[in-house]
Amino acid sequence: MSATASLRHEFSKGFLKENPVFALLLGLCPALAVTTSAINGLGMGLATMAVLLGSNLVISIIKNFIPDKVRIPCYIVIIATFVTIIDLSMGAYLPDLHEALGIFIPLIVVNCVVLGRAEAFASRNSTFSSLVDAISMGLGFSFALTVLGAIREVLGFGTLFDLQIIPEAFPGISVFILPPGAFLALGFLVAGARVLTARLERAAKSRQGFMTAAEAAAAAAAANKETRGAEA
Amino acid sequence: MNYFVIFLGAMLVNNIVLVQFLGICPFLGVSSRISTAIGMGLAVMFVMTIATIAAYLIQVFLLVPLSLEFLQTVAFILVIASLVQLVDIVMKKVSPPLHRALGVFLPLITTNCAILGVALLIMNREYNLAESIVFAIASALGFALALFIFAGLRERLELYDVPKAMQGAPIALVTAGLLALAFMGFAGLA
Repeated sequence: MSATASLRHEFSKGFLKENPVFALLLGLCPALAVTTSAINGLGMGLATMAVLLGSNLVISIIKNFIPDKVRIPCYIVIIATFVTIIDLSMGAYLPDLHEALGIFIPLIVVNCVVLGRAEAFASRNSTFSSLVDAISMGLGFSFALTVLGAIREVLGFGTLFDLQIIPEAFPGISVFILPPGAFLALGFLVAGARVLTARLERAAKSRQGFMTAAEAAAAAAAANKETRGAEA
Repeated sequence: MNYFVIFLGAMLVNNIVLVQFLGICPFLGVSSRISTAIGMGLAVMFVMTIATIAAYLIQVFLLVPLSLEFLQTVAFILVIASLVQLVDIVMKKVSPPLHRALGVFLPLITTNCAILGVALLIMNREYNLAESIVFAIASALGFALALFIFAGLRERLELYDVPKAMQGAPIALVTAGLLALAFMGFAGLA
């Protein structure tokens, strides 16, 4: 695989195929807890992405200095530092969102997505690809939380990003705002993501087959022209 | 009476897994067998109680006097991580049978957000030490209860013909949703 293609792969993997929530089922606690509205989901996703960027950056820089035996505590301290920075900044600049997300901001420390990427990716890859990985995973996580939050908000309140979508005459299905709705919505989303991934893979495979057939035809035509030119 | 309200509230009404969404990873991860669910539940109860006491003492005698409250997250996670290691070592030495039963779950507990979550919740609610201990034990019991019921449900679920797309995690999540719906029946109890 060429450098740009692998970079594109690193970047796009986080959305569906290796989406931390839909495919890997990581970081489910915040995904279920804060997604009562799309904006909360987005805020939580972006906060996690900021921590992920910081921790992946630092860990990939100092990976050669961390002794192998104590690497996990080292990662946790680095992550906790960035979480504290994000926690305090959000408290200062976005007090409403900070209030809504509650203890799930400090709990980013134990979010398996962040520690998982540190251990599985940043500790053995270059700084640049670790940053790309953090952006990809962070965007994938934000995407998942926003979708889940949007679905729960539309079904529960009839609004999307605080805009009225469903007329107020129709009462919302309040169970989707309550805890059970989070489990139900996520369960069906994971199932849907699986079906979609399987379909996309099948489509990609058949397209690949088609491409080679088209290429073969083009090559044959070119060869035909060449022989004719030679005759003339 | 106050302790009883805290106990019921933490165990049933605001169940840590099904209402507060803490500790979902072990809830989904180690709930396929009732026996492992019991082991995990006991290990969490053990660590959660000790970790809560440790976090409380750190907060009251170290962070507040030195006005270092902003280091709460870093301090708590370090205390919990080292405590889990300590419990592991002590248990191996003092009670090998208990270590055999719970040992495999201990490393998993470090990243169990329920432990850190309970420590942070207690600080937010400004409980005293006795209330904190009651809250921690009740939360852990609630975790064990939810895990136990869920494992029982999943053992039965294996016998049923689930559509292909829903197999595994999706049907487990939907089942958890129905269980959460059942737990909502406790609302207003305490």
